[in-house]
Amino acid sequence: MTIPNDLRYTEEHEWARVEAKVATIGITHHAQEALGDIVFVDLPEVGRQIKKGEAIGAVESVKAVSDLFSPLSGKVSAVNGDLTNTPDAVNKDPYGAGWMVKIELAVPAEADQLLSPDAYRALLAKEAK
Amino acid sequence: MAIQRTALYEAHVAAGARIVEFAGYEMPVQYQGVMEEHRRVREHVGLFDVSHMGEIEIRGPRALDAVQHLVTNDAAAIKDTQAMYAGLLYASGGFVDDLIVYRYGPERFFICVNASNKDKDFAWMKEQVSRAFKTGAEVIDRSDEFAQIAVQGPKAETLISRLANRPVDKQAIPTYWFKDGVVAGRPAIIARTGYTGEDGFELYLAPRDARPVWDALLDQGRDLEVGPIGLGARDTLRLEMKFALYGNDIDQDHTPVEAGLSWIVAFGKSGFIGKPVLDQQKQSGVQRKLVGFEMIDRGIPRHSYPIVDAAGKPIGVVTSGTQGPSVNQAIAMGYVPADQTKIGTEHRCEVRGKPLRMRIVKTPFYKKS
Repeated sequence: MTIPNDLRYTEEHEWARVEAKVATIGITHHAQEALGDIVFVDLPEVGRQIKKGEAIGAVESVKAVSDLFSPLSGKVSAVNGDLTNTPDAVNKDPYGAGWMVKIELAVPAEADQLLSPDAYRALLAKEAK
Repeated sequence: MAIQRTALYEAHVAAGARIVEFAGYEMPVQYQGVMEEHRRVREHVGLFDVSHMGEIEIRGPRALDAVQHLVTNDAAAIKDTQAMYAGLLYASGGFVDDLIVYRYGPERFFICVNASNKDKDFAWMKEQVSRAFKTGAEVIDRSDEFAQIAVQGPKAETLISRLANRPVDKQAIPTYWFKDGVVAGRPAIIARTGYTGEDGFELYLAPRDARPVWDALLDQGRDLEVGPIGLGARDTLRLEMKFALYGNDIDQDHTPVEAGLSWIVAFGKSGFIGKPVLDQQKQSGVQRKLVGFEMIDRGIPRHSYPIVDAAGKPIGVVTSGTQGPSVNQAIAMGYVPADQTKIGTEHRCEVRGKPLRMRIVKTPFYKKS
């Protein structure tokens, strides 16, 4: 399933799994496919305060660098250390083993502003034209 | 000018290639993925469509003199059917292009130039030759007459030998030599040259023969694990060898001496365009030099990232960088002050505002074990 129904999305092709006050984020299947083989993931420090829309890291393929933007505001509570040695987990399993950052939400209501799966589908369809 | 396609475009689309625009052509940047394609060339054999490159011939009783005048390397020191890598320079010593000269004989030279520079190179060569030699040497643009397929990897010789009408082992065609032959029933210049660091060949063919030969190579090479290779892997392969890429590592503002390419400069030649500047640089030294780096801190240096001193002041620049698939390291090429180029010297590259440590290493980065 390339657009899981239990997630929310952003126009920058990121996803968020929101469970009460904690969100897990990563990049979508569409994003990893567009980037190609991912060789490096630059993640924020645990404990850092981040704002919705802020550039918090980068995802790099062989040829390109893509900024990672936080879809939500809060405190970084965990990052996926496995991506140091196996960045290709983002290509193979972008919604599971390829998760990137966990955020303790400062403003949980921000999650409602994210795109629904259908809205993300519509965005992809529009971009494909 | 409308974007162009090579004779192999349909083959790339059929193979599921991601197509990008490069030097005015729609080219395959990858098929399955850059990492997989890169490894295929290092371990098996890969095919590259390089038909977008340019082919220029210089012919006539004074062709040898004309080539000697134009390029840095010594066309009199190679034999008939031998090739050499050389620079084409401005009077300032900076590069017009880097290229390969194939010598048929003193009256005929076949030169392969970068796709992005072909028109510029042809105009430059024509102008310079007509200025220096009123008659006796003709410069002919034959780019439209040729498609080109590079076959690179440890199994390249095995594959080509299955389809060629003549022996292609290293006795018959040593590295940097070429022969006219027939491949899969089609006439081809079979040159043992390449841009990957692996053994391999570059086949120059008529555009109408490109697809049949491409298909025959893929068919006959199945058990050898042959596959098509895109421009993405072409770049990681050449970078691991510290081969210069025009536009990244060399350009009109850098000389061969600065770029570590003195080995393609025949200082003993009586003259060539740009020689006085190079002689001066050889004698007095240069301010900056192109070196190879390995990252110490985590991060990937890329083209145009600044190299900074301890105070954060820019002292150099990265010209090419990537995560090297075979060396499993972030590697880069860049210019730094000439007095800070000893192997092991540490420098800092600014990546997204943060100074990351890197060290100068011996190149090529990749060595066959």
